Amino acid sequence: MSDTDKAEKISPPCLSFLTNQNGGKTVENNVALELRNVCKYFGEVIANKNVDLTVRKGEILAILGENGSGKTTLMNMISGIYFPDEGEIIIDGEPVVIRSPKDAFRYKIGMIHQHFKLVDVFSAGENIVLGNSEDGKFRMKEVNARVMEIAEKYGFHVDVKKKIYEMSVSEKQTVEIIKVLYRGADILILDEPTAVLTPQETERLFAVLRRMRDDGKSIIIITHKLHEVLSLSDRVSVLRKGEYIATVETANTTESELTEMMVGKKISLNIDRSEPKDVQERLVVSALNCNTREGVKVLDNVSFTARAGEILGIAGIAGSGQRELLEAIAGLQHLESGEIIYHDPKTGEAVNLRDKTPLQIRELGVRLSFVPEDRLGMGLVGNMDIVDNMMLRSYRKGKSAFLDRKNPQDLADRIIEELEVVTPGSHTPVRRLSGGNVQKVLVGREISLAPTVLMAAYPVRGLDINSSYTIYNLLNSQKENGVAVIFVGEDLDVLLELCDRILVIGGGKITGIVDARTITKEEVGLLMTKTSSMNEEKEAEDHA
Amino acid sequence: MHKIERPMRDPLFHISKRDDMSWKKRFLLRGGVILFSFLFTGILSWILIGVDPFTFIGKLFEGTFGTSRRIWLLLRNLAILLCIALALAPAFKMRFWNIGAEGQVLMGGLATAICMYYLGDKLPEPVVWLFMVVAGILAGALWAVIPAICKAYWNTNETLFTLMMNYVAIQLVSFFTNVWVKDGSGVLKNATHLNGIKLPELGNPYLLTLLVAVLLTVGMFIYLKYSKHGYELSVVGESENTARYIGINVKKVIIRTMALSGAICGITGVLLVGAINGSVTTATVGGQGFTGIIVSWLGKFNPGFMVLTSFLVIFLDRGTGQLNLTNNAFPAIVTGIVIFFIIGCEFFISYRLKFRKKKKQEGEVLQTEDAPAAEQTEEAKERNLLQKIGDGAKNCVLTAARGVKKGALFIGNQTAKAFRKGKDLFKKKPKEKAEETQTEKEEEDV
Amino acid sequence: MNIIAFLSSAIRFSAVFLFGSTGETITEKSGHLNLGTPGIMCMGAIGGCVGANIYVSNANTIHAVPAILLPLLFALLFAGLTGLLYCFLTVSLRSNQNVTGLMITTFGVGLAKFIKADLGESVDAAIGAVCTHFRNLFPFADNLGWFGEIFFSYGILVYLAIAVAVATAIILKKTRVGLHLRAVGENPATADAAGINVTAYRYTATVVGSAVSGLGGLFFIFDYMGAWDSGLTSTEALGWLAVALVIFTVWKPDLGILGSILFSALYLLPNFVEVSFAMRDLFNMLPYIVTIVVLVLTSMRKKRESQPPANLGLNYFREER
Repeated sequence: MSDTDKAEKISPPCLSFLTNQNGGKTVENNVALELRNVCKYFGEVIANKNVDLTVRKGEILAILGENGSGKTTLMNMISGIYFPDEGEIIIDGEPVVIRSPKDAFRYKIGMIHQHFKLVDVFSAGENIVLGNSEDGKFRMKEVNARVMEIAEKYGFHVDVKKKIYEMSVSEKQTVEIIKVLYRGADILILDEPTAVLTPQETERLFAVLRRMRDDGKSIIIITHKLHEVLSLSDRVSVLRKGEYIATVETANTTESELTEMMVGKKISLNIDRSEPKDVQERLVVSALNCNTREGVKVLDNVSFTARAGEILGIAGIAGSGQRELLEAIAGLQHLESGEIIYHDPKTGEAVNLRDKTPLQIRELGVRLSFVPEDRLGMGLVGNMDIVDNMMLRSYRKGKSAFLDRKNPQDLADRIIEELEVVTPGSHTPVRRLSGGNVQKVLVGREISLAPTVLMAAYPVRGLDINSSYTIYNLLNSQKENGVAVIFVGEDLDVLLELCDRILVIGGGKITGIVDARTITKEEVGLLMTKTSSMNEEKEAEDHA
Repeated sequence: MHKIERPMRDPLFHISKRDDMSWKKRFLLRGGVILFSFLFTGILSWILIGVDPFTFIGKLFEGTFGTSRRIWLLLRNLAILLCIALALAPAFKMRFWNIGAEGQVLMGGLATAICMYYLGDKLPEPVVWLFMVVAGILAGALWAVIPAICKAYWNTNETLFTLMMNYVAIQLVSFFTNVWVKDGSGVLKNATHLNGIKLPELGNPYLLTLLVAVLLTVGMFIYLKYSKHGYELSVVGESENTARYIGINVKKVIIRTMALSGAICGITGVLLVGAINGSVTTATVGGQGFTGIIVSWLGKFNPGFMVLTSFLVIFLDRGTGQLNLTNNAFPAIVTGIVIFFIIGCEFFISYRLKFRKKKKQEGEVLQTEDAPAAEQTEEAKERNLLQKIGDGAKNCVLTAARGVKKGALFIGNQTAKAFRKGKDLFKKKPKEKAEETQTEKEEEDV
Repeated sequence: MNIIAFLSSAIRFSAVFLFGSTGETITEKSGHLNLGTPGIMCMGAIGGCVGANIYVSNANTIHAVPAILLPLLFALLFAGLTGLLYCFLTVSLRSNQNVTGLMITTFGVGLAKFIKADLGESVDAAIGAVCTHFRNLFPFADNLGWFGEIFFSYGILVYLAIAVAVATAIILKKTRVGLHLRAVGENPATADAAGINVTAYRYTATVVGSAVSGLGGLFFIFDYMGAWDSGLTSTEALGWLAVALVIFTVWKPDLGILGSILFSALYLLPNFVEVSFAMRDLFNMLPYIVTIVVLVLTSMRKKRESQPPANLGLNYFREER
């Protein structure tokens, strides 16, 4: 296609640059950005410690690391959102101070954040031109024309007059990328850009990124998806727990080597999985349909059964409807249609939970525990102490108008002791605890309710290995006690070793429910992208 | 490549959040700032009204504690302001910005007056009292519940809504006054219009108000800290998502809490009209509904602290009010300045300023130590800084005191004299000028 | 009832609201709910008095240009400085906007009263001396009948108010500065990430907005009243109406021109129709009621464009985590 022609047209400066590279001394000039000894602390938490990093001109550098390894914080320091506590940032051989995003722009650094930084009530064009203080008259018409020009050059589709709040996620990302291009950035930072994209959109994005690299730009891409690293990047820098580990040439490395660098040492998970015993139907979900407030379908005809004494894993790309599914069961989502039937283990009665509030569900005697994804925004109250957080579930007990703090206090003490929560005391606000300890408090409380159904969304996200295992063991022991456990995870290895069955969800649809003991990782991965690709094919057919 | 303009300096200081300041330090900082602001306003009073700082502060105490009547008045005003602040606390704790206390109190007062006007001559007085209290509470609650319902169902901006409700209430009071007062004076009199009804006195005219305030303080403390309702409203305030997650009916809590908030405002209105003023005017609340917001916020929505903050405000108000000035606006300025100081000082409690120091040394220190140790040195530095500030302040005070004795007094007097002289000149001249222009104009007209 | 006279009075008086609401709109667009506006308008009024006093007491003859300019400049200065105080507390020291704003109102009214009392009665004469120059910009208006009365019978501040409102509307809608300002009020984190200096925008918008609001007070004293508003109760009440007007016009200064005329018509109507004092109160209640209705209706309709700036009332701290 004509894209390639364009790429060639763009390439001359970069070609001349490449020839320069061989000329000995210019190796120094080849470095676009260098970090030396950069550190950043948030209170007692070390986000980045002594990080060294080099980015060359005309390359794609992948920053690889687990969740919470400090990738985003590091990039935020380059783009002026945070200010490093220590260390130096060097651009074109000169140490610089990046105090604000404005400074970053001056050094031609542009960042595309994971959470889009767009003004909802503005149009695409207005967002793209925002903060661009070049001289000359300001005319939206000219801006829009230039945006269209850039879009055409790289093959984007964008409606410059559309308001952001009317856009889909991938449209918003397109706006973000054009925004950076519009400013003529030389160093582009992308923070997990593929997390929200379909494989097709991902491929299109990668093509654009390669073209920009050939254009002489430096591209830093943050990700934790290994196959993307291998297919896209020239070099890989690995971070682990805020520390810089190493940088390797992508061509000279393997997936297993990278994994090892990322997680430290090769760990086989070895989660003890018992055979399910006394399995019975507990929760039968049928034909759930759910729309967002804007009318976008997030759950499409979802049906499955969760059984007591079994862990049902839910796998899928982030944002495929996992959150909505769990919230629907917990009584927090309005459903268009469908039924959620709960089979009471004691009475054997079947109750429909649809359109019931969380309170009504509890009043029906359904012991449903839910560990939500957003721990401090939903599961716990950050500013309250551990005792008061224990009370969230139990404060209604009794007819008195006053609170009983004695039982919650006992529970808090018990959880702190049994789950080894590291805290100055039971009266410390949970917001001051570290991620793992926050999660222990939350999971501990939910399990203390003696649930019959336990739902956990990303319960090990951001946790260290030890805390993660504590959580796995807790889930397993719940399963052995005859609880129906629903586990939403992102790490496929964990899903395969922990769960009994895995439900794969893609674009709000169930693409498969498989036996975790027999299926392979690749098969699950394929299922995760199935619906979206089918849709694409369908669209293509429609067009033809 | 074109030349890039580079900032040369590191930022002068860097601000980060903190929530670890010890109780003691916070207390010292706040106390110090209040003392400093007193001194500052004292100096201001010296310049502006010719009362030197020491006399000024002395007068403040004399004005509030000088006679037993003054103490009673202090307590009564304190009680009223405290009641309003207490009423606002649950709403604010729920992050509902109820700035409509002025209107809610006024509506309580108006309802009381309506009972006095229409029922006062028909029913025995104790029955009228009962009606007054009930009507006052209901009216206050109603005025608060209307915005609460809109907030709960349509997320209507409550700050703007409650603000508007204040003025509707004021116009309503004005309306009723004009309906009732037929003689055109516009003054509603207790004896002539409101059938001479007054709430019972408990020994002296101040005690009833005080008693209500004490009961409300204790009650609100218990309600916020130990009741299920209080717990629910804090959860809603902290995170609506969490509230929904544990099955709290957020709408119900918002409406219920605002009804309570408005009801207490209503009670305050009953006290103001039924027990203190005996009548209602648009100025009955006199901006205390707004002052209450400030008191409540400064007291961190804790009834105990709110006693202190409302005391501070009333102390300043009463104290400066007793300065016997021809210029009656001075109290507002003093109160304003003191509160600005307190508001400003909160910043230093919740944020930490890190000044950029010589790069290498700091780098070495931080590299060799692990995080907790770094934290400790941080604290040590802070202690040093506080000590330095303390020493500095001491020196300042000493120097200032010496200055007062010697040169400053002289210079001050001279400048004050000159200032007044200059002012007299200003004052006279325009009159003459105005007359001149007047005559000129007349001439032109002719 | 004389329709022409009524309309012309309404248009004239609308300047109080228009200045106030345009200033407040500029401020609110930056994300700052400045409840100090009534106090700032009082400061504007007293600033004008100080300016007039200085001029009248030093000049031998009163010329129109300095007689207008000096009070105008001082009104801008006083109101702007009060806005600066608000900014320092809310932007730099991150204190609660509602609390600070209310405090500014109390303080501003108090300070204005204090300065007035301190200047003494000479001010009243000074106001009297210069106020004629604030009125009747076009002397030929009288010859043009009703047309002249409706379009040309006002003082310079009325035209200035409309000009400022139109300019603000254009700046907000069409210019880069306006785009940036709106972004700061909608989503400061995004604006910050885009390289916009949020602090500078918030400071500038609030100070400029306050200065514009202050002119409302100046107009009220020097043009409409021609005398000092003893007690400042009217000025303060008008200030709150100006805040209401911002909501009523859904943060659009060009709509504010019509809105302010409507508000002022409602405010003045009792003077033109024979009504009792009690009825007058009900009329005076109307502006607040319609504002509440607009507020509730817009929140019910949930149209994104007519909502308050998304970050209104919230302070911004970059490293919030």
